[in-house]
Amino acid sequence: MMKKVRIPTPLRKLTNNEEVVEVNAATIGEAITELQSRYPGIKERLVDDQGEVRRFVNVYVNEEDIRFLQNQQTPLKEGDEISIIPAIAGG
Amino acid sequence: MENNEGFMRALKCRECGREYPLTATHVCEFDFGPLEVVYDYDRIKTSLTREALQSRPKSMWRFRELLPVANDPTVGLQVGCTPLVKADRLAKRLGIRELWVKNDTVNYPTLSFKDRVVSVALSRAKELGFTTVACASTGNLANSVAANAASAGLKAYVFIPSDLEQGKIINSLIYGANVIAIKGHYDEVNRLCAEIAGKFGWAFVNVNMRPYYAEGSKSMGYEIIEQLGWKVPKHTVVCMASGSLLTKIQKSYQEFIKLGLVADTEYRIYGAQATGCSPISTAQKAGLDFFKPVKPNTIAKSLAIGTPADGFYALRAMKETSGCAEDVTDDEIREGIRLLAESEGIFAETAGGVTVGVAKKLIASGKISSNDSAVLCVTGNGLKTMDAINGSVGHPREIKPSLREFEALVGNEGKLAGQKDREAVN
Repeated sequence: MMKKVRIPTPLRKLTNNEEVVEVNAATIGEAITELQSRYPGIKERLVDDQGEVRRFVNVYVNEEDIRFLQNQQTPLKEGDEISIIPAIAGG
Repeated sequence: MENNEGFMRALKCRECGREYPLTATHVCEFDFGPLEVVYDYDRIKTSLTREALQSRPKSMWRFRELLPVANDPTVGLQVGCTPLVKADRLAKRLGIRELWVKNDTVNYPTLSFKDRVVSVALSRAKELGFTTVACASTGNLANSVAANAASAGLKAYVFIPSDLEQGKIINSLIYGANVIAIKGHYDEVNRLCAEIAGKFGWAFVNVNMRPYYAEGSKSMGYEIIEQLGWKVPKHTVVCMASGSLLTKIQKSYQEFIKLGLVADTEYRIYGAQATGCSPISTAQKAGLDFFKPVKPNTIAKSLAIGTPADGFYALRAMKETSGCAEDVTDDEIREGIRLLAESEGIFAETAGGVTVGVAKKLIASGKISSNDSAVLCVTGNGLKTMDAINGSVGHPREIKPSLREFEALVGNEGKLAGQKDREAVN
């Protein structure tokens, strides 16, 4: 049950420059925990002290913002692609 | 500390304060907070004075010390210094004592405030050695990147939602830019561009060049203060897409006060959104300091950003200045466009209709006092969004080239008007 996580540039120092890593997790929250166990320090970059996804971090599952899904409880299935993206200026 | 970065000192995270070198990077590695340029204000104070400004060219670059380039700018030297119009007739229609329109519908070269941010971003991109520039855009930014890149000899890739107004698409294609239309709304274009920016080594003006790019908006605020005769306006109404312009208007006022260029008087900043995409305004009205993303559905496509990157800071800026936010429906936007056109002869795009419509509501509800003076920031030209009002402005009355037909058509109404004019002349 592998899912792909695309790692944004600012976090690649933590993933030995891996752009895409695979996880087994069943939800977004679990995926963050799994990433943390393999790449210590990554979780605190993504979530704040209250465990909420940081306000300048956008997380997408197959191109949909998790805030339109079930946030960290958003379920994941085989083949899902997760993107972690910093907020961007207007245009 | 001496460096060769002009009046810039570093990039700094707005969240945690960590500093970074002045490269093409926009996000703090620790908390994803946006990076912002820090300046050496002590040095700027000795260089940027009212006296020094007297002999400088009439462009946004007259405030060069506060714009983030190391050396003299090389792109967009004619941008800015758009008219600040005293809008007496519109003031009367909206019921306020004094009203000014900062008219960026005639900004050079692409008729929107985006020329300000792009001239900074591309000048800085050239300093950093880039030869290809790119952007994610709701239209105006794409136009400006395409045009300014053409004149600077840079290669350009612009990414837009595929459902944009024809005018905005053609206004990007004509300059020879690579225009990529994405089947999705702006937030999806944005997400894709963030991923592309990480893979390709381009200067993405609103991604990795964002700290420099965003600072260009401040020039609008500096100009307002100078054009008002060195006064900070009591009320400023600004449209919000990502919320960046509003936060930079606040910063421009703060900087001029800090530098002693203008007296520290009370000012309020108000944010305007379209009801069909109003995450910031909804949050402000509910008293929240964070917003909930939305899926946009409005004719104000240039403001259709459902996940506004600077929404949090825009909310803070309104709170700090005791301003507030308001939003208007598509019909109110069209009415705002007409009001501005009919009373001041200024044809603004949909975002301008949003600003005028919101100002009308704020004045009517007393949030902006009718005894006060206000500035409306009108950011883009109506010739680019004609699709939005086509059908709601009526049609020309058509006749044969015959005097009889004309008299039948205009009849007494025309003759009466002429008689009045003749009496007035005599």
